[in-house]
Amino acid sequence: MKTLSLIAVVITGLLLLSAVHDFPDWADPESPASDYRLSQHYITQTFPETGVPNMVTAVLADYRGYDTMFETVVVFTAGIAIIGLLRRSPSSRNKDKGKATRTYKKKPDLIVDTTCRLLIPIIQIFALYVIAHGHHSPGGGFQGGVIFGASFILITLTRDLQAAQKWVPEKRILNLAGIGVLLYAGFGFACMLLGDNFLDYAILHKIMPATPTEARYHSMLGVEIGVAFTVTAIMFSIYSNLASNGEMKETL
Amino acid sequence: MIWIFDLITLIFLVITALISLQVKDLLSAAMVFGVYSFLMCLLWAGMEAVDVAFTEAAVGAGVSAVFLIATVLRTNRRSSD
Amino acid sequence: MEVFDAISAKFNYWIYIIIMMIGLYAMMSKNNLVKKLIGMSIFQTAIILFYVSIGVKEGATIPILYHEQVHPAHDSGHHGSDTEHAADEHVTAHATDLHIEPDQFTNPLPHVLMLTAIVVGVATLGLGLALTQKLYREFGSIEESEILESIKSAK
Repeated sequence: MKTLSLIAVVITGLLLLSAVHDFPDWADPESPASDYRLSQHYITQTFPETGVPNMVTAVLADYRGYDTMFETVVVFTAGIAIIGLLRRSPSSRNKDKGKATRTYKKKPDLIVDTTCRLLIPIIQIFALYVIAHGHHSPGGGFQGGVIFGASFILITLTRDLQAAQKWVPEKRILNLAGIGVLLYAGFGFACMLLGDNFLDYAILHKIMPATPTEARYHSMLGVEIGVAFTVTAIMFSIYSNLASNGEMKETL
Repeated sequence: MIWIFDLITLIFLVITALISLQVKDLLSAAMVFGVYSFLMCLLWAGMEAVDVAFTEAAVGAGVSAVFLIATVLRTNRRSSD
Repeated sequence: MEVFDAISAKFNYWIYIIIMMIGLYAMMSKNNLVKKLIGMSIFQTAIILFYVSIGVKEGATIPILYHEQVHPAHDSGHHGSDTEHAADEHVTAHATDLHIEPDQFTNPLPHVLMLTAIVVGVATLGLGLALTQKLYREFGSIEESEILESIKSAK
């Protein structure tokens, strides 16, 4: 099997390497990808049409908002699928063939505990800043959501899963994930109810006290908040299911 | 982009990818995978793709490596090849 | 010297293809399930690296407009804070006021597509690891050959 896969990989590699000859030179401003009219439209027209200086956030949340909505649904589905695969009660542990449940009983280490108690609120404020400032600097909903979820994972790592569940009980976390997807789809349906296409934010200026350009600016922020809710909840949920082997009682 | 820094980072990238797949201890493989993720983030920051670099830094070191370590410590830690 | 120019223009692409093939070989031939998942992740990030490298332009800056372009200081009476409110009435005048050259900025389209790809990659990795833990529960090992033997001998 190993020699067969080696031959297949070498053949594929040689085919791809021979195709490199036709590629444009590295970092060529005249290459077909850089000359593409749609990219030039995005670069020049993003600020006049939406008022957002960060082109990547504008294209992600406004021009290609449909893709981002389904990316959020993919993350949500992965979280639900992992819960469906791994969850069980601790009493059915005896029928296992692989004894995976080694429990590491530990007291919180003094240095780690003190440092994390000081750092975790700062991490969470930074995560909220990244979400809110995504229009003017690199960032946005997904990055801020991952940082926020990582702060909950840090609580679980320094203390125990029970301590983290006092602050983020599981039912609330899954509610939060669902609310995130609903917020995103809700913006789209609100646009449809007012008469325009799905996720075409300019029509929302009728219910907001803003011009159409500003309506796009503010709906982008609302949609990014929805993405951040879902990603925070699902990152913490995946970690707590993987680390406790589905039992949610003790963790590493 | 200064091509000499680029070349050195790319060579380190190949070396860490090979190391991560060859070590027998799976915990070390997860750690070296975190280093690989960090080198990718450096490359993208050098290519002016700042949003992608930010996402890879948050996801690669913060989330992906931690998931791998959690799974490795709940199953076997040695691998046979 | 011309050979050196030809090589230095495209060596990046060769190394991306080498990393992709390392990941593909690991996915196909490693025995351990966690190593297969690490190989899958290496393959995915190498493909994302290739796509992002298509959008690079020489001498260009990051795709975020900076402060002087967003609030231009010109002497026709427009202050910086009026620029956004005035955006609607003067749409066509505004676009030419700002002087945004497409050659100054990196192409933002590959970045957007690859952000979605990174997110989907991490969701897939999480799901693969959950499947690995479940297989360990059922069969007692995470080596592919031992699992196959266990299935054959149990029939």
